[in-house]
Amino acid sequence: MSLTKEAQNILNWSDTVELIDNLRVDEVGLKERVASLATRSIKKDSKLQALNYIISMCDLTTLEGEDTEGKIGQMTAKAIRPDPSNDEVPSVAAVCVYPALVSKAKKMTQNSNVKVASVSSYFPSGQAPLESKILDTQFAIDEGADEIDIVINRKAFFEGDYRKMYDEIVALKEVCKSVHLKTILEVGELRTYENIKKASLISLAAGSDFIKTSTGKISNGSSREACYLMAKAVWDYKTVTGFKAGIKVAGGIRDSKDAIRYLVIVNEELGSEWLNPDYFRFGASSLVDDVLKQIKKLKTNAYQSSYYFPRG
Amino acid sequence: MNKWEYAESIESSSIVNIEKKYGIFIDGKFQNANSKKFIKTISPSTEEVLSSVSLGNEIDINSAVESAKEGLKIWSKLSGTERAKYLFKLARLIQERSREFAVLETLDGGKPIKESRDFDLPQVAANFFYFAGWADKLDLSWNAKGLKPYGIVGQIIPWNFPLLMLSWKVAPALATGNVVILKPAESTPLTAILFAELCQEVGLPPGVFNLVTGDGSTGAALVKHPDISKIAFTGSTGVGKYIQKETADRDIGLTLELGGKAANIVFNDAAIDQAVEGVVNGIFFNQGHVCCAGSRLVLQEDIHDEFVTKLEKRMQSLRVGNPLDKNTDIGAINSKDQLDKITSLVNEGVEEGGTIFQTDCELPQNGFWFKPTLFTNAQPSYRISREEIFGPVLTTLTFRTPEEAIEISNNTEYGLSAGIWTEKGSKILWTADRLQAGVIWANTFNKFDPSSPFGGYKESGFGREGGRHGLLSYLKVQS
Repeated sequence: MSLTKEAQNILNWSDTVELIDNLRVDEVGLKERVASLATRSIKKDSKLQALNYIISMCDLTTLEGEDTEGKIGQMTAKAIRPDPSNDEVPSVAAVCVYPALVSKAKKMTQNSNVKVASVSSYFPSGQAPLESKILDTQFAIDEGADEIDIVINRKAFFEGDYRKMYDEIVALKEVCKSVHLKTILEVGELRTYENIKKASLISLAAGSDFIKTSTGKISNGSSREACYLMAKAVWDYKTVTGFKAGIKVAGGIRDSKDAIRYLVIVNEELGSEWLNPDYFRFGASSLVDDVLKQIKKLKTNAYQSSYYFPRG
Repeated sequence: MNKWEYAESIESSSIVNIEKKYGIFIDGKFQNANSKKFIKTISPSTEEVLSSVSLGNEIDINSAVESAKEGLKIWSKLSGTERAKYLFKLARLIQERSREFAVLETLDGGKPIKESRDFDLPQVAANFFYFAGWADKLDLSWNAKGLKPYGIVGQIIPWNFPLLMLSWKVAPALATGNVVILKPAESTPLTAILFAELCQEVGLPPGVFNLVTGDGSTGAALVKHPDISKIAFTGSTGVGKYIQKETADRDIGLTLELGGKAANIVFNDAAIDQAVEGVVNGIFFNQGHVCCAGSRLVLQEDIHDEFVTKLEKRMQSLRVGNPLDKNTDIGAINSKDQLDKITSLVNEGVEEGGTIFQTDCELPQNGFWFKPTLFTNAQPSYRISREEIFGPVLTTLTFRTPEEAIEISNNTEYGLSAGIWTEKGSKILWTADRLQAGVIWANTFNKFDPSSPFGGYKESGFGREGGRHGLLSYLKVQS
């Protein structure tokens, strides 16, 4: 299989069909492997390194109807300098906001390395015509978004219309051009492991730079099993096409311990070259604070209260 | 950014207290062996001497038998309920002190702490609980009148799962009213010694559990003793054959759990990524020192290349090193002898024409180590495809049709276990029906439960351990 010439990482439909044909996942074996990776004991220097990785891989996120420019101002400031008392703590990778707030976020981050990501395509449900999704996406890009997080068309997926799901992503990729495209699977709705792997592969084949677990808008967001399967899909896709895609996990990852377990999965299934913000991200709001507390604890042995850290 | 390395996370060994020398355990206490000879037990990961244990001789075995006779007088008068109390106490104590046992097992045998902690010890406790539960229900176990224990049982166990094999043997023997003389493996006696201390602690009547450490000559003396009514042996097929010949002209019970060369069959409709995990677990668990290891990968030819690529990648992520490190996947080879045996078989495999792949891991300077190894093109006639290597070495054969998979899998003198990987339920049943193996796993491997009988076909032995069937190994049905 080879990638089409027009867009550098899109696989044509017939090759995509071959890729998703007969894929099988054994639930028991999958859970066992993920559970065994969770027993890795990450201590001392490797823990500190992991915590700094996590900060640098975070997309600090707010996606609420109540979001205002004032709120975005606070969050971007925190994104650039998560812990003002410790210069060794890196900036986060990006802030993630709704399209209407992209320009404010862009203004706030202009003198930093922090990127601005915007959700689009009628996030979180995706229940809108493709034309609307294209406009939504185009608007976010025109406002200056560096990265676009879209949702897959679950309606099409569950109706068995994989072609439609694929075509929509291809169309949105065309709008994005070089803007980084992250495609949200909403694994909590897909539920079965075969669905997750199938949706991962279709999304990759349609040109996604990243595949992402969840919108964060439903209660069962990310899971380590989903991340593991997505890592397997990324590996399989790389084997077939040579394209190296990234993974973003989001939805319910609240503490450092959990986040480190995700890092272990990526480290052991894909390798350490995936351990940087170009290939792995956490979508997070409260995770950053727990990581900052843990970094402080490793340095000073004190587990400090939340009020020692700026709110975002 | 730098590569992310896991810092060492060493399980502290300060929890174990190892004495310089140990006697043998008879009449409910440790005493000096008549032989006055000792053998050193070392840690195979560092070659450091851990302790010296007695090298029991014929006279020591005689003393153990006399002790067992006294023990039997007391033990045979106890009701099943009373025997169960002791076994439940032992089970609980093993749980309470499981970290101590796990560290000791890892020090003495070289297996990774995550396995001794998460597999061996939970299984050991489960076996004692399970058989404790049977002690007062033996009349319900088989629809037969007059179930009688053998009396004095001699048990000889191997070095791959020292305490687990002890539990497989001692728990059902005591539950059914027998008394025991145990001979642990020469290279891994320490957890059996700690178990003897537990027997003292729970007040097990003297002579019910006896422990004579030593080497092959000690085991031979035990096998030859005329007052032993039953021998239970787990170990190599060679020694098993010797024991069977030795006991042929005596009225004696015998069960043998011997070697294996299990086929792990992967069909092209398997969940490939999970099959890779299962194959890795099947052969690299406990450094491949597993009698039921899935040491022959029997792979459908049309997925061979894809599967082998994934398998090699997965093998590269195996962490080989200090077994006390909680992040170690593969520990040390149990002994110099075993390492030499593995090395020579692997060298021969290369000479015969097998294609060898070994991972890039760095091996520690001291101790006994072997890199995870995969042979492709390992033809059925090669020694590596026929003999039990008992190390981290997997051989691969391909098949075209399910019938051919069965022929290849059964083309061995062994028949202890097998694995089947397919998402198609009917194919699992079709395949399992035709495999000559005592334990068959489908879409998983190395799963054990005290309630499930375990044992072999052909030269893998006879008799079953575990479950209701395991009771029959220690009971004579007299109706």
